[in-house]
Amino acid sequence: MTEANQSIKTTPLHALHVELGARMVPFAGYDMPVQYPLGILKEHQHTREKAGLFDVSHMGQVRLTGEDPAAALETLVPGDIKGLARGRMRYTLFLNEQGGILDDLMVTNAGDHLFLVVNAACKEQDVAHLREKLAGKAEVELLDDLALLALQGPMAAAVMARFVPEAATMKFMSYLPATFNGVPVVLTRSGYTGEDGYEISCANADAEAIARALLAESEVEAIGLGARDSLRLEAGLCLYGHDIDTTTTPVEAALEWTLPKRRRAEGGFPGHEIIAKQLAEGTTRRRVGIQPDGRQPAREHTDIVDADGAKIGEITSGGFGPTAGAPVAMGYVDSAHAALDTPVSLLVRGKPLPARVAATPFVAQRYYRG
Amino acid sequence: MTVKYTKDHEWVRVEGDVGTVGVSDFAQHQLGDVVFVELPDVGRTLEKGKEAAVVESVKAASDVFSPVSGEVIEVNHDLENEPARVNTGAQTEGWFFKLRLSNPSELDGLMDEAAYKAFVEESN
Repeated sequence: MTEANQSIKTTPLHALHVELGARMVPFAGYDMPVQYPLGILKEHQHTREKAGLFDVSHMGQVRLTGEDPAAALETLVPGDIKGLARGRMRYTLFLNEQGGILDDLMVTNAGDHLFLVVNAACKEQDVAHLREKLAGKAEVELLDDLALLALQGPMAAAVMARFVPEAATMKFMSYLPATFNGVPVVLTRSGYTGEDGYEISCANADAEAIARALLAESEVEAIGLGARDSLRLEAGLCLYGHDIDTTTTPVEAALEWTLPKRRRAEGGFPGHEIIAKQLAEGTTRRRVGIQPDGRQPAREHTDIVDADGAKIGEITSGGFGPTAGAPVAMGYVDSAHAALDTPVSLLVRGKPLPARVAATPFVAQRYYRG
Repeated sequence: MTVKYTKDHEWVRVEGDVGTVGVSDFAQHQLGDVVFVELPDVGRTLEKGKEAAVVESVKAASDVFSPVSGEVIEVNHDLENEPARVNTGAQTEGWFFKLRLSNPSELDGLMDEAAYKAFVEESN
């Protein structure tokens, strides 16, 4: 064992993953299942056709309390948090003074507090950032005693209704404290696959029983991080540290939809001046979907070149989309090449692979709108 | 007919001076679902231990090295449309290419079936 292995963390479902025959890999400091015996391709397809259960307990769950935690959080993110109705959630971004993205997160108005879900690799720094910037304005608690599961797919709602009947009518991006087989859980109708589904926050001690109960349903299979990545890529969703990071702004990342009118006008978040200028004048590069011709995937860090062979960008996520039945990718290109259907070439092992700029998602999202 | 294996989990089946090359069943299992295979051009001269092909799973791309030196005389075009053949028949219908051996003595340095089996068990 290396030192790194000795310090690696585990989730409350670790023993279950091993029992299910998962191949475990280090991810964001945790020993996580990349795939189960079913394999990434079938796990991906199963989630699109039925329902998949994911362990996402490595992610950070954070509680923000105080006199006005929404006003406090708005000083760090460009989203409309004050306008978030009780029981509703939205996607937003922690920004730095240059408008670069420190992390992406989900924020829920849980009534007496804000409930945040942040990336595993960023959670320590996010909590430190919140504590430093919101000192005196909000209390920040990293909820290490909680696990997080995700149940995703077109049959997720039918499965969840057997345990939590009121879950069936939850709207996409809403929140509901509930009871699951007698134990308290917090459900959100959200996810990272492009499918309908839920995330289930529960006590660490209850996580295994809840996972086993869901896996006992005939529609549900355990799904690893490998399929989680191919599912989110087909759904056109960004992966922090790859498609977005501190060097990309929300405008460059084509995430203008996270910048509501009031916040654009009022500002009051880090990097507002830079972002306002970019919104008015455009940016030199832009995140786009990339559809390679043929079957050959183009991976992260593949150079994107124009017809003359000049570099115009780079792939940030790329692989094979099992539902798309074709390779899919996203990346940044010079804005002159960002229009839909612009032909580009991808330098894969030195050879130009023809591709074009494509709309995302590659597979239609199927969220529950009620 | 001889089948020999490399430590990188390629196999070569030799009939006369022609070797048929693929990846082992252990390798396909480790790779997971194969979605694309890049094959060498017919006529290309391959060197033992050097890159010969690329196999891509959903997750990642992996190099396939030639177990022996020689000239490529045929490739398995079926893999272009059905790369999953590498998973279903790694050591049969999932072969990658055939080459004419330029130095058959290189085979002596490779593992036979029993030695390879022991090698896999040990590395597991």
